[in-house]
Amino acid sequence: MADLSNTKKTPLYDLHKELGGSLVDFAGYALPVRYEAGIMAEHAQCRDSAALFDVSHMGQAILQGPDHETTAKALEALAPSAFVELGHGKMRYSLLLAEDGGILDDFIVTRPADPALDGELMIVVNGACKDADYAHFEAKLPKTIQLRKLEDRALIAIQGPKAVDALVRHCPEANDMSFMTSIRAKVGAYDCYLSRCGYTGEDGFELSVVNEEAEALARLLLEEPEIAPSGLGARDSLRLESGLCLYGHDLSLETDPAEADLGFAIQKRRRADGGFPGSERILSGLSNGTKRKRVGLRLEGKAPAREGAIIEDLDGNEIGIITSGGFAPTVQAPIAMGYIDAEQASEGTAVKLLVRKRALDASVATMPFVPQRYVRKP
Amino acid sequence: MSKLFTEDHEWISMDGDVATVGITDFAQSQLGDVVFVELPEVGAELEKGGDAAVVESVKAASEVYAPIDGEVLEVNDALEDDPSKVNSEAESGAWFMKLKVSDASQLDEMMDADAYKAFVADQE
Repeated sequence: MADLSNTKKTPLYDLHKELGGSLVDFAGYALPVRYEAGIMAEHAQCRDSAALFDVSHMGQAILQGPDHETTAKALEALAPSAFVELGHGKMRYSLLLAEDGGILDDFIVTRPADPALDGELMIVVNGACKDADYAHFEAKLPKTIQLRKLEDRALIAIQGPKAVDALVRHCPEANDMSFMTSIRAKVGAYDCYLSRCGYTGEDGFELSVVNEEAEALARLLLEEPEIAPSGLGARDSLRLESGLCLYGHDLSLETDPAEADLGFAIQKRRRADGGFPGSERILSGLSNGTKRKRVGLRLEGKAPAREGAIIEDLDGNEIGIITSGGFAPTVQAPIAMGYIDAEQASEGTAVKLLVRKRALDASVATMPFVPQRYVRKP
Repeated sequence: MSKLFTEDHEWISMDGDVATVGITDFAQSQLGDVVFVELPEVGAELEKGGDAAVVESVKAASEVYAPIDGEVLEVNDALEDDPSKVNSEAESGAWFMKLKVSDASQLDEMMDADAYKAFVADQE
């Protein structure tokens, strides 16, 4: 059994125990790696219907400035995305960058839907990075911008093609939302920041709710026939199949957004004007290419290759390393992602992955491995 | 002879000087869905406590150690085609390997079913 004596509990801790969750220490929190159904079933639950995940370990905070432009510009000095032109209720994936362009964290930025809240940008950062991120924000942001941690809020994700069917019974407004938008709404009796977003490749929602109401809200959602609880294990296999990066594994201080193939997070104006940490290196990488590149890999056999496995070319030269890998329940085969010499990064390139004493056959594959099914409304 | 158990959650069943080895039902329940089993080569000489096999679940790879010294006589190829057998029949059809035991005195350190049950209860 995992030693959980030094872990924090999320507001859903008792519910996880009641539901038979196998709790582990994740980012300092006791969270379920799986429930009794097991990772395969919990993964399928999300792809086929809808899964509920406790992501309360993630850091929710508000950057508060005098007006939208001031706050957005201050954030643009730390991250490469365009926030000034972000519309009300719109969300954007971005990267918190170190001076040299290495990645401190990946995070989501939301401009509140309510114009009265202009000047606020809500951020959601990784649980394992949140203390360092907050320190970074406090050190780097001008005095006109305050960081307000929302430690009184839990975060519940419901993910899967039927999440919307279940949610609209308690929140009719959810039906009209487009992916990567956010509103404030009542879900049943509970006041939520409701976002149509997620990290599984499926349509879905994240519900930010005060800690005291989190368990009741989770129970309300779990009563819906479409929804069942899923743990961190399924969350990991879902995001890997969808080609999404996990910070600390696929992204780190040693990787920059160009190598990581995250150019989509750097909008046109930012590419033209720069002005973010490491912009010279990153913009050069985007236009001229990088030495190495993040790619997907499909394995031929049944044996998975995990993080840390060396990638070799067919002549036995080391050309890269796996940063995430495992068995993909929807693909029904082992898959991986990693960094590889850019010259050998084209789709279909045959490589070997060194696992224990064996060299497994694999080839570079396009990601996502499973089509993303986000719902975008006109 | 009935089964013996190790602290590494393997079971062993003796027939003459041949030991059939697998992992326990408790072990498979801890691992979760098994997706791949890497078995030793027939003819390999295993040493007690040394690497014998690897069980891959969706989440992680776990080593299986040899519970006893011996030469690998046979491995269970059925696990290559259907690794999920380890979940469904850990202590019967999903045996891993048969070993020709060279030092039967090593069996003396193992637990019987009751002792193993108590050992597992302690871990939970």
